[in-house]
Amino acid sequence: MLRIQNLSKIYDGGVQALYDVSFDVPKGQFLAVIGLSGSGKSTLLRCINRLVDPTEGKVLWNDQDVTAASQEELRRIRRKIGMVFQHFNLVHRSSVLTNVLAGRLGYVSPIWSLIHRFPKEDIQKAHAQMERVGIGDKFKNRADELSGGQQQRVGIARAMMQEPELILADEPVASLDPVLAHSIMQHLEKINQELGVTVICSLHFLDLVHRYADRAIALNEGRLVFDGLPKDIDDARFKEIYGKEAERVG
Amino acid sequence: MKNVNRSIKTALIALIVLVVYAYGFDVTQVNMETARQPRRQESFVRILRALAHPDIITYEQTEVVVNTPILIGCPAGGVDFPEPDKDAPYMVVTPPCADPNTEVTVEGFNFAANVNGPINFIPPSGVTIQLGNFQTDNSGYFSQIVELPNRQPTPETQYIRSITRTRVGGPQLSRNGEDTWDKIIETVFLALLATTFGTLFAVPVSFLAAKNIMKDVVSPLASVALSLIAWPVGIGAGWLAARWAHQISDQFGQTTLLLIAGVIISPLVAYFAMRIGLPPTDTIKPTTTQRLGRFGVLLIAAVAGLVAALLLSEVVSRFGEALENVSWLEFMGSFFVSISDMVSTFLGLVVALSVGGMLSGWAGRIGQWMTETMSISVLKTVNLFLAALAGAFVALVIAGIVEWLYQYQNPWIVFGIPAVVGALIGLLVAMRLPHKGSLPVGMAIYNFVRAIMNIMRSIEAFIWAIIFVVLVSTGPFAGTLALTLHTIASLGKLYSEQVESIMPGPLEAIKATGATRLQTIIYGVIPQIVPPYISFTMYRWDINVRMSTIIGFAGGGGIGFLLQQNINLLNYRAASTQMIAITIVVWAMDYISSVLRERFV
Repeated sequence: MLRIQNLSKIYDGGVQALYDVSFDVPKGQFLAVIGLSGSGKSTLLRCINRLVDPTEGKVLWNDQDVTAASQEELRRIRRKIGMVFQHFNLVHRSSVLTNVLAGRLGYVSPIWSLIHRFPKEDIQKAHAQMERVGIGDKFKNRADELSGGQQQRVGIARAMMQEPELILADEPVASLDPVLAHSIMQHLEKINQELGVTVICSLHFLDLVHRYADRAIALNEGRLVFDGLPKDIDDARFKEIYGKEAERVG
Repeated sequence: MKNVNRSIKTALIALIVLVVYAYGFDVTQVNMETARQPRRQESFVRILRALAHPDIITYEQTEVVVNTPILIGCPAGGVDFPEPDKDAPYMVVTPPCADPNTEVTVEGFNFAANVNGPINFIPPSGVTIQLGNFQTDNSGYFSQIVELPNRQPTPETQYIRSITRTRVGGPQLSRNGEDTWDKIIETVFLALLATTFGTLFAVPVSFLAAKNIMKDVVSPLASVALSLIAWPVGIGAGWLAARWAHQISDQFGQTTLLLIAGVIISPLVAYFAMRIGLPPTDTIKPTTTQRLGRFGVLLIAAVAGLVAALLLSEVVSRFGEALENVSWLEFMGSFFVSISDMVSTFLGLVVALSVGGMLSGWAGRIGQWMTETMSISVLKTVNLFLAALAGAFVALVIAGIVEWLYQYQNPWIVFGIPAVVGALIGLLVAMRLPHKGSLPVGMAIYNFVRAIMNIMRSIEAFIWAIIFVVLVSTGPFAGTLALTLHTIASLGKLYSEQVESIMPGPLEAIKATGATRLQTIIYGVIPQIVPPYISFTMYRWDINVRMSTIIGFAGGGGIGFLLQQNINLLNYRAASTQMIAITIVVWAMDYISSVLRERFV
């Protein structure tokens, strides 16, 4: 159970990205976050694992206050929250295997990992996760030798190495073509349905929201403007979320 | 109106530029008059010609010396010299006797064709006087009129001697050429070592000087104060521990058998202690007893590791000493001895610093924990106390350095007053700062490291060489140290800029997995900076080769030493050789580094 309470974020330059956002995410839900670019979706997701420190408000995860956690506690919280990024955020010059193993960094002993030593089980697990997303044979390749879709699968495998209870996906398919987008979304859907992992996923395309999400919330200039079922987003709602000039595509 | 304003502005700027350059000419004493003086031009041309004839190659020569007798002052009975051997080169002097300061004709026969040489007068004392030069024609004949020197006539036979030198064999390096070769090799390796040492230090420094890494490092006041206090304490403890380890390893070093046993056992102990003390994963939070137990085991691992390093260096040193007896492996032997000497010298320092860092890290965590758990009123008091203590501590350390440098020998004033002032500053700072909030420690370190690097960089390697010559005496080692310092400063800056310009995405992703800061650097930063680091290191080697040609001017070894000597001796032909050697090496370095850069980057 994730509980967001009155979350606000003002960046150093004075830009306010979030205004008093509150919502709950029950365990096992697939939640879509929609909104225009710059509406605060990324900031919201990053406030949940404190890659961005919120200015005000609380993030409660399994009744633990993430916003007040110490560095040590934060590490323990973060390792249970996987994250998938729009630009995959792989380390290009490292091998696929190393990129996937990086998902275990929160668990392994810091000192052994400094010399790139991981427990055998972790390496086996990494291979299993790569098999899962269909890139089992690529583990030796450098990450930047892979295509976009493959790179995002590495990203998912990395997140899955954390044995997450929650996956934050920040526009995971925005830099992929529609076919690949569906394939990536299906991986997330499977993880959500088969393993019961909560997924919070920001998305651009409404058809993806309709197809995969249990519930959707919408942000407009940092304010929560919609919270409900994806099918409830009708034309009026749509204009509210995306502005009067907007037109539906796809 | 606008146009007028603009014109005035332009005119003003032009005027300012004019004044600036006029002043520049005056200050730099631009003066074509001197260059037009014929005396200067002659010297200039002479030097240019000397430079155009570099002293690189010589030939082995054979000397043909021909003597023919002569008398100064004709005796009454005339002269009767024996006939010369007509098969060999010989000379005939006409007349065979003459008064001082009169001219005689010297003719040479059977000489080699087209050679030249001096014609000397050899009195009985043997002190040679050159009378003139000769040049043989195609048939090996010459005829030269020379004036006899002003000597008292004596009945003793004196000689006219001609010397011809002819080349035999192929060209070979001249003495100067050989010296240049030796020194240019020295220069290249000097630069290599300076670059290597410099890179080793510059890499960690570059992370401290990178804004994107340091700006996230924040800690509350209590934590900062405790860390500050823990640093010197940890350094002291580490120093003691290192000495203790030295003593243990000395025990092992007494017999070879013990030494070998120690070298095998101590790393094993260290490794297994680490395996026990560092669980591969920490899925469940360890209890306090577990933590303490692990800490104890890790302490054993650290001591064992230290002893292992010392013993290993001892073994390497003995191996080196054995090698030194083999003549052609002597340099390898002394390399091993030097390396182990360096290890045991610097190990103490490294251990002291790392224990200091570790203790300071723990103290910082305690401070963090205190800030998080204590009530605000208690925390306030604790903070005031800790800040005062830390202020006094820092002041004492600074006072210690000042005392060491200036030697006032007045402990109450030198240490007492700074301690009080430091404590007061600490109190003031603690009162002004928020008690729960975080201080930008990372940025403070960043600025400090940057400042130190800027100072180090602004002092030329040449000047560092002058300082190091005092410590390690003249020679290439002083140059190596000087260049190393300069390399650390400039590579540190270049590297840190590379760290600042890496892609932030992967870093964010690694952080999101719950990685520690160090893990984030190892997995997110380092893979990204390898290519630019290699490229900058190559470039730096190139720069260091060029700089090491100059470092010799300050006694720092390398080819500069030779170059300066020859310039001071006005031996421009020799200096020219060194200049050519430098040019070739720089050229080659440029080419090699560009090839390597293409391959690695």
